[in-house]
Amino acid sequence: MEQKDDLQSATARTYVYVWIGLLLLTGITVSMAGMDLGQLGVWVALIIAGVKSGLVLLYFMHLKYERGFFFKLIMPGTILLLVLFIAMVFTDIAFR
Amino acid sequence: MEEHKDTIGSKIGMWIFLLSEVILFGGLFVLYSAYRFKFRGDFHLAAMDLNRLLGTLNTVILLTSSLTMALSIASIRKGLRGSSVVYLAATILLGLLFLGIKYLEWSAKVGHGIYPNSPDLLGRSSAEVLFFGLYYAMTGLHGFHVLVGVALLSAMCFFVVKGKIKKTDFILLENSGLYWHLVDIIWIFLFPLFYLMA
Repeated sequence: MEQKDDLQSATARTYVYVWIGLLLLTGITVSMAGMDLGQLGVWVALIIAGVKSGLVLLYFMHLKYERGFFFKLIMPGTILLLVLFIAMVFTDIAFR
Repeated sequence: MEEHKDTIGSKIGMWIFLLSEVILFGGLFVLYSAYRFKFRGDFHLAAMDLNRLLGTLNTVILLTSSLTMALSIASIRKGLRGSSVVYLAATILLGLLFLGIKYLEWSAKVGHGIYPNSPDLLGRSSAEVLFFGLYYAMTGLHGFHVLVGVALLSAMCFFVVKGKIKKTDFILLENSGLYWHLVDIIWIFLFPLFYLMA
């Protein structure tokens, strides 16, 4: 059986733009680390890492172009799972 | 008899495997966060020993390898076997370059007497020992994933050359690409948490 190419394909140009975006975000994180932002710095770094992951997931991993219930659930489902995991661990260690 | 392939099914299977990988690394990230929450000062101090330049260089290399991976799949979907092989070979080389830099970085650490159970490290605070334990465990497990990825992509490269992966049947390459991108995402989080915390 032939594999149907039913994905509305991202063009090479889109991929290059996403790559430039990822490099810019990396530059921002590295230069932010030079500033003394204290505890805020970690959150900024994590938010930037989250945005970079989102770009990779949506464009490079084609989640933006996938149809079907399962693929729509992957990102929110994983985020929910990790948030629950982290929240439960931290409510434990913070109030010990 | 015609071979039956369920491409949506195999893609869903791959994603379920990737989710199990997220949980594997997620556990280690939670461990890192819990100890960092407890020993912020020591983690800050220990992170100063990491080489920010090499970490940044490896980030750029891995992001670029993700681009060439995506371009390789885009090429095979257009039926351009030659450019698909070239992009795939570039991805493999960038993966090897990443591992080479990781080797240099680890060697320098070991050269400075920072390795598990070293007399130097045992002379430091227990929180710094924890930091380097997590550093070696997490970047080591990630490096192992890159090594597996390089082997996997080499096999895929062979299949593309042989014509087993083609315009009408590229699910193997697509799933390998998903794995490669996930390894990239894990590094996107490892990089700031270890190299930029000084």
